[in-house]
Amino acid sequence: MEGFSLAVALVLCVIILLSLYRGVFGPTVFDRIIGAGFIGTKTIILLLFMGLIFGRIEMFIDLALAYSILNFIGTLIVSKYFIRKGAR
Amino acid sequence: MIIGAKICMLIGLFVFMIATIGFLRFPDFYTRMHATAKGDTLGTLLFVVGLALYTLHYGFHWFSIVQCVKLISIAVFWFLASPTATHALLKSAFESDLVPWTKDGKVVLAWPPKKRK
Repeated sequence: MEGFSLAVALVLCVIILLSLYRGVFGPTVFDRIIGAGFIGTKTIILLLFMGLIFGRIEMFIDLALAYSILNFIGTLIVSKYFIRKGAR
Repeated sequence: MIIGAKICMLIGLFVFMIATIGFLRFPDFYTRMHATAKGDTLGTLLFVVGLALYTLHYGFHWFSIVQCVKLISIAVFWFLASPTATHALLKSAFESDLVPWTKDGKVVLAWPPKKRK
């Protein structure tokens, strides 16, 4: 399971790097917001895999729960802020 | 138990890859959002369920069961929160007059949408 979880974590890192392109060079503001949310979701999964690799998943579960709540609130607040300012 | 966990994680990784390809290749904001929202929700659900199955492979101690319940709570929370965030972002983009992409360049809906008083 060690090698399997390391390989899955590496593929998740490659996915984060690929989606960082759209997050940086996105044509509109909303593409960047989606990119941030997408990378945040991958970060939750990567935190859980770090717990699995270190053998202390009971600590990293709480971190992942807090990070998922933070990601959700951040996306909501930013989309509320850009409600008439985007697309230009 | 471990076989089921590995199968769940591999399917989740496949869904994440498809979401990333759609996020990079689709032509418009709305289509990109369509790809990433569904891929995010289903992929996270599969990964977390796979990890919850993996934490049970030591046996059914109360310690493993508490970890499994916490992981399932992450899955349930994200399954409710991700479509909500997607809906809020989509409504924000729609109200700031972002035009949907069509193949021949003609708009489908009456555009721009009616302003609310």
